[in-house]
Amino acid sequence: MVTAGLTVPSSTRLLADQVAEATVAQVTARGESADVEFVEVREVAGELATFMVTGGIPTPRLTELRELVAAADGLVVVTPVFNGSYSGLFKMFFDALDKDSLTGTPVLIAAAAGSARHSLVLDHALRPLFAYLRAVVVPTGVFAATEDFGSHGLSDRITRAAAELAALVVGRGDYGVGGFTPDLAARPRRTSGTQVEADVTPFGDLLRGHSGTD
Amino acid sequence: MQFGIFSVGDVTTDPTTGRTASEAERIESMTRIALKAEEVGLDVFATGEHHNPPFVVSSPTTHLGYIAAKTERLLLSTSTTLITTNDPVKIAEDYAFLQHLSGGRVDLMMGRGNTGPVYPWFGKDIRDGIRLAVENYHLLRKLWREPVVNWQGQFRTPLQGYTSTPAPLDGTPPFVWHGSIRSTEIAEQAAYYGDGFFHNHIFWNKEHTEQMVRLYRQRYEFYGHGSADQAIVGLGGQVFMAGSEAEAKRVFRPYFDNAPVYGHGPSLEDFTEMTPLTVGTPEQVVERTLGFADYVGDYQRQMFLIDHAGLPTSLVLEQVEMLGSEVVPVLRAEFERRRPAHVPSDPPTHASLVASGPDAPHHLVEPARALVEERAASSVDEGAQRPSRDQVTA
Repeated sequence: MVTAGLTVPSSTRLLADQVAEATVAQVTARGESADVEFVEVREVAGELATFMVTGGIPTPRLTELRELVAAADGLVVVTPVFNGSYSGLFKMFFDALDKDSLTGTPVLIAAAAGSARHSLVLDHALRPLFAYLRAVVVPTGVFAATEDFGSHGLSDRITRAAAELAALVVGRGDYGVGGFTPDLAARPRRTSGTQVEADVTPFGDLLRGHSGTD
Repeated sequence: MQFGIFSVGDVTTDPTTGRTASEAERIESMTRIALKAEEVGLDVFATGEHHNPPFVVSSPTTHLGYIAAKTERLLLSTSTTLITTNDPVKIAEDYAFLQHLSGGRVDLMMGRGNTGPVYPWFGKDIRDGIRLAVENYHLLRKLWREPVVNWQGQFRTPLQGYTSTPAPLDGTPPFVWHGSIRSTEIAEQAAYYGDGFFHNHIFWNKEHTEQMVRLYRQRYEFYGHGSADQAIVGLGGQVFMAGSEAEAKRVFRPYFDNAPVYGHGPSLEDFTEMTPLTVGTPEQVVERTLGFADYVGDYQRQMFLIDHAGLPTSLVLEQVEMLGSEVVPVLRAEFERRRPAHVPSDPPTHASLVASGPDAPHHLVEPARALVEERAASSVDEGAQRPSRDQVTA
């Protein structure tokens, strides 16, 4: 759960709690258990600013969160709507992730706003962001205007979105048997970007075609 | 062990006076800093290379040639030489020429550069950065080692019957370092050729530097140049000193707060915690710097960044004085005390490379090639050639 509410309590977090509960229920219903971890972006706002203006020097807490997100089986992201889009703070968190952090990862997008007139923020702002990150965004997005917190429609949408997320999370990992599909090498490879990759390409491979004689 | 100063050559307004040095003043200031470095007993001066404002350092060999004429002992180096956008043929000529002028007091550090538009200005594509570094450096090695070069690569006009002049001094190419903050390919490149690896260190947390250096050391051993702890490692560092910690912080803080790279971001205290920056007494600098060897191992060169962010020349010269009189003598003694006998103290120099003779591995374009081919012939398990992630991050 990555939530970017600013106040305590916030309607963003309220929405996140409901989605979390529904997701756990849906995963459990499929015979698996779910561990839920919350990232309150507000708590690392200063560290994100430092990360941005220093060209990426991480703080220990930020490193921990980047690793947590890159290791998650599924992600729920919830932002408040500011000026017709996700908040700047919300975007900063995802800008601080390695571009391969979420590759192939199921993501449920959600937003809380003061008015229903912002509801397209999910499809015009969040969905393209997570498409860029090569995440798999579930079809149902959860948008909650203030008045929705008193309606049945919201909990129905939450249940549907949570079921879609749970189905993807529980059903992951079937990329086929080696030799039967040409795409086995295309299996999504995720990395938090917080550690130096030891799996270095041998220099002979790097030099191939560049030694001036071959 | 070698100690020195490395400069990025920025022209930055002094935030305490609002005054901006002219380019002429900045170049003169860098020269004075280099001469002072020799005067107080430091070993190395390295200049950056940039081709855009606010930097003045577009022509390193011109500057280093001038400094060479005014010094006798100082080793002249770069931080870094752009192996991506420079023509390797011109690098081969310019630095061999500098070797002759300076009596062999030259080594170089290869880097890719960090300003995107520089690539198109020089007709290159930044997405080719690693491949340019690989191909151009390989050609550079040939130009310095083969009397006549026939060559065809992907990024440059082919060469037929080309001889680089002047040939390296005493037929001995300068020692080369490769600098990279996070590209493992460059650590691999340094290891493959048995060259030095330099980590900028100053803008990174120590865990990151530690992992990059460990990877280089493991691969250096893998390619048969010696044991991992004998690999040639250099580090950057950033210091500001005064008689007391409070005084050092008082003077340095406005420069820190407005610095081009990290200004208007973290506090001086936070940055000190996150990176190797030390602002305090010479004793504090000694203690912090000695601690670097605890995570990268015993190493061969320590460079300090001290002339940036608009600091006036007079203040920088004081810093060089303090390094020479109070910091480096202690560091020399203490680093040698902890260094095992089989770990080299200095990186290879012109004198040591000449002494090791014309048959030394340094004179081969690819010293590791025979070993790699031998392994391939005996079909060593591919998996055994790569270190596991655990080994590097442990």
